Amino acid sequence: MQYDVAVIGAGVCGAMITRELSKYDLKVVMLEKCNDVAMGTSKANSAIVHAGFDAENGTLKAKLNVQGASLMAYYCNKLSVPYKNIGSLVVAYSWDDMKTLDVLFERGFNNGVPNMEIISQERLRRMEPYISDKAIGALWAPTAGIVSPYELTIAATENAVVNGARVKRNSGVFAIEYKDEMFFLSTASGVIKAKYVINCAGVFADQIARMIGDHSFKIIPRKGEYYLLDKTENKMVNHVLFMCPSKMGKGILVTPTAHGNVLMGPTAIDLDFDSKLDVDTTIEGLDEVKDAVRSVIPALTTRNAITSFAGLRAHIDSDEADFVIAPSEKNGRFINVAGIESPGLTAAPAIARYVGKIFNEIAPEYKKREDFISTRKAPVRMNELSVEERKAIIEKDKRYGRIICRCEGITEGEIVDAIKAPCGARDVDGVKRRTRAGMGRCQGGFCGSKVVEILARELDVPMNQITKHGNRSKILYNKTK
Amino acid sequence: MLKYDLVVIGGGPAGMAAALEAKKQGVKKIIILERAATLGGILEQCIHTGFGLHYFGEELSGPEYAYRFIKELEETDIEVKVDTMVTDILTGNVVVATNNTDGIIEINATAIILAMGCRERPRGALDIPGSRASGIMTAGTAQKYVNIDGYIPGKKIVILGSGDIGLIMARRMTLEGAKVEMVCELMPYSGGLTRNIVQCLDDLGIPLKLSCTVIKTHGIERLEGVTIANVDENRRVIPGTEQYVECDTLMLSVGLIPENELTRMAGIIIDPVTNGAVVDEYRQTSRPGIFACGNVLQVHDLVDYVTAESQLAGVGAAKYILSKSKQRGIKYIATKADKGVRYVVPQNINSATDQDVKLYFRVTDVYKNAKIVVTCGDKVLYSKKKIKLCPGEMEYVIIKAEEIHGLDKKDIVVKVEV
Repeated sequence: MQYDVAVIGAGVCGAMITRELSKYDLKVVMLEKCNDVAMGTSKANSAIVHAGFDAENGTLKAKLNVQGASLMAYYCNKLSVPYKNIGSLVVAYSWDDMKTLDVLFERGFNNGVPNMEIISQERLRRMEPYISDKAIGALWAPTAGIVSPYELTIAATENAVVNGARVKRNSGVFAIEYKDEMFFLSTASGVIKAKYVINCAGVFADQIARMIGDHSFKIIPRKGEYYLLDKTENKMVNHVLFMCPSKMGKGILVTPTAHGNVLMGPTAIDLDFDSKLDVDTTIEGLDEVKDAVRSVIPALTTRNAITSFAGLRAHIDSDEADFVIAPSEKNGRFINVAGIESPGLTAAPAIARYVGKIFNEIAPEYKKREDFISTRKAPVRMNELSVEERKAIIEKDKRYGRIICRCEGITEGEIVDAIKAPCGARDVDGVKRRTRAGMGRCQGGFCGSKVVEILARELDVPMNQITKHGNRSKILYNKTK
Repeated sequence: MLKYDLVVIGGGPAGMAAALEAKKQGVKKIIILERAATLGGILEQCIHTGFGLHYFGEELSGPEYAYRFIKELEETDIEVKVDTMVTDILTGNVVVATNNTDGIIEINATAIILAMGCRERPRGALDIPGSRASGIMTAGTAQKYVNIDGYIPGKKIVILGSGDIGLIMARRMTLEGAKVEMVCELMPYSGGLTRNIVQCLDDLGIPLKLSCTVIKTHGIERLEGVTIANVDENRRVIPGTEQYVECDTLMLSVGLIPENELTRMAGIIIDPVTNGAVVDEYRQTSRPGIFACGNVLQVHDLVDYVTAESQLAGVGAAKYILSKSKQRGIKYIATKADKGVRYVVPQNINSATDQDVKLYFRVTDVYKNAKIVVTCGDKVLYSKKKIKLCPGEMEYVIIKAEEIHGLDKKDIVVKVEV
């Protein structure tokens, strides 16, 4: 199959860029090695929209962060993605920390972050009643927020597909050949031809770049472990709470999530170059999260933890690691979008525009379409509707009356929608990310088997072909005796 | 809005027994709302025997036990709605439910019986580090896959937790040709019934490793193995005892949690130890006219006890519905768990109760030749030596109504004397 552009990697950047390119009159394909989109860093991160005071002045990170933060509400609205502009606080515990806040303020101001304030202990306590007594002040950044990162990825993908983009899952790229102004991408599902390539392969972006002989950067997987707590804990924290930053990143944070849970983490451990699939949680990591959070909100415990998980940041192996977003020096038709660690999620909408501009410069032959559909149809979310609205929907389709996931109140109709959507769910985790079925406190104990049943029915395969997250992650073996 | 005398939430053994009893007591309009496609609750997937020894005096399978009640229900005018999920209990005892035939139903009820049962503790509540591979599931989920859906969820199995469902599944999986490597139990004693340890593990040669837990799961796609380790008396891992066990499935049987989302939404007071509502001897909760029974109130070992408790709730609800004059000025005596006892149900007893009261409780540890003592102030209400007491088996003592009437306002205290 021949395309104008192949985007490698269906994380939040790949998906947002594919959507951006679907504005043009061209054929674009997004290649993903997993069974679904948002399977790497995009599904396991802090889900924060950063205001933009962390990145050093003048870096691409700083510029795209601040732009991304101001674009996020617009995109989330267009794409029907949960987003809340709750603001962030960097909490100080000592006078040294207070000095750090000044540094962050200056840096943020120079980066163009609006409306920051350094606030008193008293005001901090009013904003966060459960904060530690030891906190003496904070940097308040009202433009920060929270977003559902995998839903942003899914929504952007759906919107791109509606606009004609193709998505090929289970299509990891293992070799690239370039001849006669054409890339030949060998993938797990056959050879793909494309005139341009955009490398959004996350922690694997360096390996993809090497396939065209580009050795200009190396990516270290930097692991972060998290706890996700029950919604019962949501009174404990109102804003994104950071501790003062260190060399390894912004440190461990506590925040509400866009769905009303509480998220705490991440740790930061650099893994070996060849450990890019290691998302195991560890005793040490989880203990570190618990200890750190105790110093921020002493009353917050993991007694009501729903789950713990780990994600990998795509960290460029360099002291001044900036985003690498540029055509490769080895091939001008191959654009690297690499090293997209924090604030990568925040920056994603800005990255998509930035890459769009680069693409337009190197490939001016493609013109924008007039019929681009910029909004994604909002999925039905029964538990957000009034009784009257729900009644009307059930009237039209009875499946919206059958609740499958009791914890989150998700109906059969919503699950079927998630499977039938453009680039819809194919596995149990895919249903979970799209609908929240299985995301609640029983962790799919009640609905898991029903979701398997519905997937099997809708995809017309036996139940034992359904996986948790693709490939060999099957749930059931053979029939009973 | 529909109007019923009694709405029973949940059509498992608790809900059915409560509804039938209320009917016998003369309640007219009763409806059972059940979220599954059939009545019977969890009994439908419990195809092993051992049910009904106390209540029917014979050994039945789960579905057989349930069927006796289903048949009895069919002979009454009690209405049943299956595939129906209750989403809310509003003020004024309005029950909101949804299903795929009626859409959204609102029912005004004179009384409500909560009989939603319980759910299993999931992995997240356990904090086991490691991967997010498939093949990690609760024993009850595995039981549904095997007994209802007809699929084997694994071939080489480690079970964490010696709760009854885990023990039953150890035998079930072995019968299906799977290799159950071991059952690991964090505590130095089993959480399940002795008869299940004997019949499901000992008879099949499956080792039960006490003071042992799973400290890590391995495998990226499907589970490939677990690391187990021994723990000391403070449940801390003993370094050097770590051992890798190859397996494709980790089943969890690490406790049950009463499913009290609706109860909490209704603003009913919850006992932090049982995780069920605080109730009186007729299982009335802190909200007048709302009763709770079965595993939603306290996790039982035997369905026979669930039936007995639910009949009490049925009587209580009937009394509430049929008595025109609302009772006022009731004096309650509280019950308290003391040394060696985790909790006592009911938490409150009407000091003028019209019946003898069974106090249900669980002990905190394994005791041999210890005495159960129930006192009120200086008065000893009950004292008896037991050969063996263990947390896995629920105990009860009966206190006579006449004795309760004579008590002053002090708490009734249950304790273990060694």
